[in-house]
Amino acid sequence: MKLSKTFDKSLWVFHVNSGSCNACDIEIVSTVTPRYDVERFGIELVGTPRHADVLLFTGPVIKKTKERVLRIYEQTPDPKVVMVIGNCAGTTGVYYDSYAIEGPIDTLLPDDAHLIYVTGCPVRPENIINGVKEAWLYLEKLRGDQV
Amino acid sequence: MNIESILEGWLLNVVFIFLISFIGIFLGLLYKGFDRKISAMMQSRIGPPIIQPFRDVRKLLTKETIVPENAIEWIFNGAPIIALIAPLVALMYLPIGPFSPLLEGYGDLILVLYLLAIPAIAMAVGGFSSSSPYATVGAQREVVLMMSYELPLAISAITVAWKMNEIVGPETNPFSLQVISSNPIWGHVGLIGGLGIALIVFTLFAVLPGELSKEPFGQAKAKTEIADGVFVEYTGRNLGLFYIANTVQMIVLASLIITLFFPYQLSNLLERWIILQGPILPIVEMGVWALLVDVVFYLFKLLLIIYFGVSLVRVAFARFQIDKASYFYWVPISIIGLLGLLFVVVGATV
Repeated sequence: MKLSKTFDKSLWVFHVNSGSCNACDIEIVSTVTPRYDVERFGIELVGTPRHADVLLFTGPVIKKTKERVLRIYEQTPDPKVVMVIGNCAGTTGVYYDSYAIEGPIDTLLPDDAHLIYVTGCPVRPENIINGVKEAWLYLEKLRGDQV
Repeated sequence: MNIESILEGWLLNVVFIFLISFIGIFLGLLYKGFDRKISAMMQSRIGPPIIQPFRDVRKLLTKETIVPENAIEWIFNGAPIIALIAPLVALMYLPIGPFSPLLEGYGDLILVLYLLAIPAIAMAVGGFSSSSPYATVGAQREVVLMMSYELPLAISAITVAWKMNEIVGPETNPFSLQVISSNPIWGHVGLIGGLGIALIVFTLFAVLPGELSKEPFGQAKAKTEIADGVFVEYTGRNLGLFYIANTVQMIVLASLIITLFFPYQLSNLLERWIILQGPILPIVEMGVWALLVDVVFYLFKLLLIIYFGVSLVRVAFARFQIDKASYFYWVPISIIGLLGLLFVVVGATV
């Protein structure tokens, strides 16, 4: 399977709240509003991981969501990219060492998962769009390779 | 007739079938792009480029295609193919611009109405077979909605055919789309009948978003409540086929409205105008240019109908609850349709 040149121009995004405080979720929603309008890059929010090319995880993985996060990751068809949104998702942030937490997302997902870190507390919409640019760079590398 | 000429005609038909299918899919994706761009501009966004649907389909065809473990595989994979074939077949029966339909004489308006129902059924069957509870809810909603909008759709078709029967006489088939498109209905109905036909046009425009599962009637694939409904388990190629099927269905419905109510051609008017100018302009043979003008005019009509019937409605209204949507079709729209029928009948007798 080879990726076409326009693959990265039509990324469909599924948003998973893996235990965040909702601040990052609100910033994600603001990227589809008229001010930032990511649809001009072909990015669309979809309602199910089956349609997604990019998974957005917000927040550290808590004990209740660990199974769901892994299942949603497996349900997404290849090729896929994971975007880790916010400091909590990347490092557990202010929830460091909490009893309710399983750990940051990169310790739980399979090793071959490609992660893109978007930092901030909460992240800025500009930074999310920058993360999308990094996803494009990664997908460009996949062109011509076996996926 | 010898074997060779039969074979030649047969080959030509096959070529035309592929050509029309290709044009249908191309136009569908193009107008989907227009629809997305226009609705983005109405929301004061920049919006995706016009060719975005082509990119989406191309991406979906390269993605992994997953069949869930509990799904009934052959129905799950077969539903998208049937959903795509039905509107493509319907396109063979519809006049496209100045060209008469390819399968003229083999089927008429009633067959097209049945073919229009098939994608909805295929979506429901695919949803039920995918074993997901979200898809089951979506499929139930799709079936409920289909049962609701079929009555107004049938009323509009019957009104036109009844009037056409009066115009062309009992020898000709009043349901034939070629007959309907060569006799524009507005000139024959008078004032009261004209009001009736306007109500029928309104009814058909109200059916348009329901038939396409577009926004006030997108309950079957409601993203935010039931996770894309019937399509929840569809991925890759299957989802791409459904995506194309929906856009072709849009072209078929808009073409049907054009055929029933706005079958005017620009080239006749243009020719008459050139003759009226007399000595000023040299009289030219229109020929190929007439066809070109008519095709461009047809594309423009398509754009207008998709703008008013799909894009504007999609941006202006939020999603109904399923019971309200069903009520909307059964009571107000059906009454408007029946009133239109009544006016046309009264207009004919007065």
